[in-house]
Amino acid sequence: MTLWKPDPSFYPSPRQAVSAPPEKLAYLAAFDRSAQKPDAIAVLDTDADSHTYGQVVGWTDLPYVGDELHHFGWNACSSALCPYAPHPHVERRYLIVPGLRSSRIYVIDTKADPRQPEIVKVLEPEELAKHAGYSRPHTIHCGPEGIYVSALGGANGNDGPGGIALLDHTSFEVLGQWEIDRGPQYLAYDAWWHLGHDTLVTSEWGTPSMVEDGLVGELLLGRKYGHAIHFWDLRKRRHQQTVDLGDQYQMALELRPAHDPTKDYGFVGVVVSVEDLSASVWLWHRSGKEWAATKVIDIPAEPADPALLPPILQPFGAVPPLVTDIDLSVDDKTLYVSCWGTGELLQYDVRDPFKPVKTGSVRIGGIVGQVPHPAAPDQPLRGGPQMVEISRDGRRVYVTNSLYGSWDDQFYPDGVGAWAVKLDADPGGGIALDERFFPHGDDFRGRRVHQVRLQGGDASSDSYCYP
Amino acid sequence: MTGWQWLALAGLGAFHGLNPGMGWLFAVAIGLQERSRSALLRACAPIAAGHAASVLIVAGLVGVFRSVLATRLVAIGGGAVLVAYGLWRALSKRHFRWAGMRLSAAQLASWSFLMSSIHGAGLMLLPVLVAGPAPAGHQHVAAAAGASLWAGAAATAVHTVAMVGVAGAVALVVYEVVGLSILRTAWVNLDRIWAYALLGAGLATVAVAVAS
Repeated sequence: MTLWKPDPSFYPSPRQAVSAPPEKLAYLAAFDRSAQKPDAIAVLDTDADSHTYGQVVGWTDLPYVGDELHHFGWNACSSALCPYAPHPHVERRYLIVPGLRSSRIYVIDTKADPRQPEIVKVLEPEELAKHAGYSRPHTIHCGPEGIYVSALGGANGNDGPGGIALLDHTSFEVLGQWEIDRGPQYLAYDAWWHLGHDTLVTSEWGTPSMVEDGLVGELLLGRKYGHAIHFWDLRKRRHQQTVDLGDQYQMALELRPAHDPTKDYGFVGVVVSVEDLSASVWLWHRSGKEWAATKVIDIPAEPADPALLPPILQPFGAVPPLVTDIDLSVDDKTLYVSCWGTGELLQYDVRDPFKPVKTGSVRIGGIVGQVPHPAAPDQPLRGGPQMVEISRDGRRVYVTNSLYGSWDDQFYPDGVGAWAVKLDADPGGGIALDERFFPHGDDFRGRRVHQVRLQGGDASSDSYCYP
Repeated sequence: MTGWQWLALAGLGAFHGLNPGMGWLFAVAIGLQERSRSALLRACAPIAAGHAASVLIVAGLVGVFRSVLATRLVAIGGGAVLVAYGLWRALSKRHFRWAGMRLSAAQLASWSFLMSSIHGAGLMLLPVLVAGPAPAGHQHVAAAAGASLWAGAAATAVHTVAMVGVAGAVALVVYEVVGLSILRTAWVNLDRIWAYALLGAGLATVAVAVAS
């Protein structure tokens, strides 16, 4: 398992990672909403010179049903080069894949045959519950001293608090609960960090009872979903500060800190404001010694004929943008924002993070628009841009269309479908769909597709200790 | 101590200084984070202090043991410890996992001390420390122990100066000239070489002691 030289996919700094070669394969989490068939990791060919480009070229079924695969990550990444805990001779080869509904965690080896990855370990929910006191594992990050797993729920009969479990990055055993002092934090969702500032950031969605059976209208209008972000001392594992965005800003989800470790700012997406159904993106930054958050992007809802809307939206007569994912390029210059409701992917120049400038927009899918892909212009698409992933060089952007089983069914009651698309990003600004890349429908064997990870790393997989 | 012993201590210091895990990499990271060469140089002092403290413990213990026990016994016992430690380092998959990027000088010194200690930096000096005759004066144990401690301190000083000299030079060259991309190609798995060095040093110490 140890190498003589550092894993070639590790880069000391984001500046160098930008020069990484283009990815040849992408891994997709695919799940069966009916829990009749097993969920799977699908493998996509992303090599533009290959004759199977844009097709599903590999498939690994899981041994159980009903896991609901969601997010996943690598066992090791560029953070292995960090100077205080160096171990650069491990390999990036295992995908750590949690089942958000089952609370199982799979370890899947991509080395022997990258197109047919192999399950090498299964952590049962009892282990996560016993050692860490959590359930519903969500986001995976490879840290300098272990694998961080954010989890939405408590365990052993408790709905919460959610938090972070730490896995050993050689044995993959659950080491325990990460938090030593969680302060007022109760809701959990994403977690990431500023390694250069020994700071960890977490965000808030809801506990399992608040999300598993769909969005609960009373909870939303009662402003009970998460609306704050938390700052922690990464070294001491202690809560330091809560920054409340305001309780009208419901569901503060994806956290995208600057990759440059000398920087101390990042972006967080908010799904919906209960005041006007708008979505927003906020910048967290220092204000003196404290952390603060400033709204830097506001995306309004789009009025619509109630007859075209799903029951949950009919009373409002509008489509909310529903910003469910955002992603920051490795060079920290470009931010992508997914509007899963209106079916739009937005591109912003964020070189001045306080003043994002919109540089591109593509419409595909959407609750009312159902905009087709140029490769199949007669086929209306449901679902919208959801999880968005950027190649390390910032030239290619991958998008999948499912949010979360029960929520898909509420917002797209006629079936969300399954599609993945790729966009080419112009370094000078602007994005366009790649007509050659449109795996959809039966390509995914009846599963829905949630998240993409790129072979060798991508914009949300790696963190760096050197600028 | 003879000339070649001093030379060997300095040589091992240079070897330790070359290891990115012993501190030069941390100094580079601190320099880059602060965008300051003087921050890099300032970081070298606590790194050297932590390393010296780790080495001094071993050198001191060897000195004290030699003043009360036969040198041969110390060499065989120490050599056995070294072999066991080398095997553990060769087989262990664990790596150091404490600290963060923002450390005070005292925390950086502690990091260096722990890093040097778990890597067995002091132990690696054992064959050099037990070579040659023990300090004279077996009838006055206390005086002999005192003399041994001074010898241990001198050995530590020579070793540490060489270590921090090389570490500082490497850090400066990486920071100023070659850049971080060197890490991707030139960072060989020193932990493995290190483990074999410990094993070799232990076996040599025992062999020499048994043969003498």
